[in-house]
Amino acid sequence: MNAITHPINPAKLVAPKQQALQDPNWVRWSLITIAVSFIGLFICLPLGLVMFQAFSKGIAAYWSELSQADMLSAIKLTLLTALITVPLNTIFGVAAAWAITRFEFKGKSLLTTLIDLPFSVSPVISGLIFVLLFGAEGWFGEWLMAHDIKIIFAVPGIILATLFITFPFVARQLIPLMQEMGNQEEEAALSLGASGWKTFWAVTIPNIKWALLYGVLLCNARAMGEFGAVSVVSGHIRGLTNTLPLHVEVNYNDYNVTGAFAGASILAGLAIVTLILKTALERKQNNR
Amino acid sequence: MSKNSIMPGFRPALGFTLIYLSLVVLIPLSTLVFESFKLNWEDYVQIITNRRVLSSFRVSFSTALVAALIASFFGFIVAWVLVRYSFYGKRFFHALIDFPFALPTAVAGIVLATIFQPSGFLGKLLIDMFGVQVAFKPLGIVMALIFISIPFVVRTVEPVLLEFESAMEEAGASLGATRWQVFIKIIFPNVFPALLTGFALAFARGVGEYGSVIFIAGNIPYVSEIAPLLIVTKLEQFDIQGATAIALTMLIVSFVLLLLINLLQFWVRKRSGQL
Amino acid sequence: MSILLTDISKNFGSFSALEHVNLEVPEGELVALLGPSGCGKTTLLRIIAGLEHADKGRVLISGEDKTAQSVSQRGIGFVFQHYALFRHMTVFENVAFGLRVKPRRDRPNNNVITKKVHALLELVQLDFLHDRYPDQLSGGQRQRIALARALAVEPSVLLLDEPFGALDASVRKDLRQWLRNLHHDLNVTSIFVTHDQEEAMEVASQVVVLNHGRIEQQGSPSDIYDHPANAFVSRFIGQTNIFDLDEHDADWLQTAGILNPRTEGKIAHVRPHDILVEKSNSGYAASATVKDWQHLGALIRLELVKNDSNGSTAPVFAEMPNDQFKQLKLHRGDKVDLRIRQAHWFH
Repeated sequence: MNAITHPINPAKLVAPKQQALQDPNWVRWSLITIAVSFIGLFICLPLGLVMFQAFSKGIAAYWSELSQADMLSAIKLTLLTALITVPLNTIFGVAAAWAITRFEFKGKSLLTTLIDLPFSVSPVISGLIFVLLFGAEGWFGEWLMAHDIKIIFAVPGIILATLFITFPFVARQLIPLMQEMGNQEEEAALSLGASGWKTFWAVTIPNIKWALLYGVLLCNARAMGEFGAVSVVSGHIRGLTNTLPLHVEVNYNDYNVTGAFAGASILAGLAIVTLILKTALERKQNNR
Repeated sequence: MSKNSIMPGFRPALGFTLIYLSLVVLIPLSTLVFESFKLNWEDYVQIITNRRVLSSFRVSFSTALVAALIASFFGFIVAWVLVRYSFYGKRFFHALIDFPFALPTAVAGIVLATIFQPSGFLGKLLIDMFGVQVAFKPLGIVMALIFISIPFVVRTVEPVLLEFESAMEEAGASLGATRWQVFIKIIFPNVFPALLTGFALAFARGVGEYGSVIFIAGNIPYVSEIAPLLIVTKLEQFDIQGATAIALTMLIVSFVLLLLINLLQFWVRKRSGQL
Repeated sequence: MSILLTDISKNFGSFSALEHVNLEVPEGELVALLGPSGCGKTTLLRIIAGLEHADKGRVLISGEDKTAQSVSQRGIGFVFQHYALFRHMTVFENVAFGLRVKPRRDRPNNNVITKKVHALLELVQLDFLHDRYPDQLSGGQRQRIALARALAVEPSVLLLDEPFGALDASVRKDLRQWLRNLHHDLNVTSIFVTHDQEEAMEVASQVVVLNHGRIEQQGSPSDIYDHPANAFVSRFIGQTNIFDLDEHDADWLQTAGILNPRTEGKIAHVRPHDILVEKSNSGYAASATVKDWQHLGALIRLELVKNDSNGSTAPVFAEMPNDQFKQLKLHRGDKVDLRIRQAHWFH
């Protein structure tokens, strides 16, 4: 199922309503109160708590947690995973959007549905399927063992699972946009003698760049934050196969609350940066 | 085959798309199906009808259902307030709606567990005031799933409310309808299909959710153990067949439920002239 | 029922949409609010309906002060520009809506509702569409359903916002005639908004011309056309040639046979059909040259250029019946004499 939102311009939200048809004040204020308390309870409170817990033992404790070797290697692995999966899925997203929106072919709607498939699979199952493929008892298990290649309980497994989980993000953002744009501008460029490659860079990319960035942003947030799928394939080897979210879990289960929240605060910071950039991109995209 | 012969790059783009899709998604996913062929029917039934497995299904589906319902109700109000009213800090709240999407589930999990555990900020309050314990109970799972579900509902309802033709409301009022009648008879029926979509998305996500749930759930077998966790447990015991059987069942049940919701939606849209 | 508006003013921010508007609509009239876009005509209609509240002034319907009442209490019928049909309801349910939302004690029972809705659908000749949804109808059909829906609650007045604005030209023609006949049969006081002067003149029994939030003139179509109150109305209704006497037209107008009543104003507005064209015999006295002409069905519109000393090339338009034009046997470049029958003078 679709986990991606399509951008809404916040400026559009203040719809000019007819004065004569406004809801009564008491209705308006009760609903605003309900909505704000709901968001406050379920969103603002958790957000505040991460920050509070991380620093509750002071900046020094926070800093010493962050500079531990296991934490650093978890951060490194998280960055490495994102660095590999995001570009791959971005290239795929652009290629898929190009094929789907610029050409007619049989099975196109099936292809569009298949691209969404990873959204409808539980993260745990997304990890499980790679265990079935590459685990000790998996299809390629014996062969991998014989050639001394480790995928499950190793970095390649983490990257594969993340690749699967973040697969649809960029494509899902580009397909509706490019569908709506149509291909007149590209046809114009081609008719003026531009090469296909040149047309793509000079016409298509400038038109889709904000949506592309938006997709990359969401893809990256998920790649760095994925837990369930990665947890199944990683084996939780400290300093080796723990990504940051996994390291948070390990610390939490060891009752190292400060350590857990130090890691969590980095991830929460990432989420906040993502939200800010997302809001900015939404504005850009709508002001185009 | 391609409609537009002057557009370049059809073969490389489609070729890459298909190969990459197969390698990353289709082949790995198909292992689940092939793996399950190794099981004979009796073994499969035996795994699935195990009492612990059944109760994990019950926990997963019922908490996801309740959470999606609650999130739909409040999410609708949030979307309504964000679209229709102006108040101080509205843009800030609007941006915050996506926080559950952006926050890694493990972080959400430990944060919610910390808030709702019996010694936690809200957990203590709820026990002292109402004698209600949230953490380590199905209620805790519901809380975590509501958190996860909010953006699904709000973000599907919001655009529909935004594009709702205000002249329809004015027409209703000019024909003598009260504000409540206008809402119930005109606005709500037009937004309902979107709300249903949001509900379905939230429900589907809730059934499979893992990271945000396991910390708050306490994972007590027969009480608060969710199906995805049971898959992980079976894997840790190297019971690959058990894990596969549960995973396949979850996938099938989810797909069937989503299919039913889609049919319901089709029926609603058809009945309301939107098809 | 009669409608009385007294001293209505409305501002949107710093923009003044209506200024001190006074308007009386007698019972049973079919009134057009006519004006260019942005003149405040739709705002005025919405204020009568209660969809908008005036900053100042009062709205009275059949003598009763409705200023403070909300739209749902006013008992008016409103037809929206884009019809605003409820897209999730069938045609039947759309028309029945106003009856179904009545308070329980006033609500007719189902049989009565069914009968009444079918009667209304027959009135608009669309009963065969009763189980369709609005998205399945054509523009003209939607328009008529919107009208039937508004009529279902037996409104005291019927208000229509650009009722033909969104329709194809051919459908528009038919519907105008149909609306006029319907009004004749029902005799409910009606006001419609339009920016199309032809439509206003053809359909309405009274025309109210608005500009910049003020009423410029109110009267029957012939009043407005034959005796425009000011230059704006004269220019807005029908075609007009404009001669500014301060410049170079004074002499020319005199040769064209118009006396110059200096006291009445300096600007003469002359309708194209008030200009008589004769073939010039003398060449010397000729006052215009034929540049081109267009066929407007029964009429021919001649495009003429004045033979001024100052070399002005501003065209003068004259209209004459087809047969007359044939008799004259004019060619491009022919010299003609003009006789002006009548002019309106403005300052």
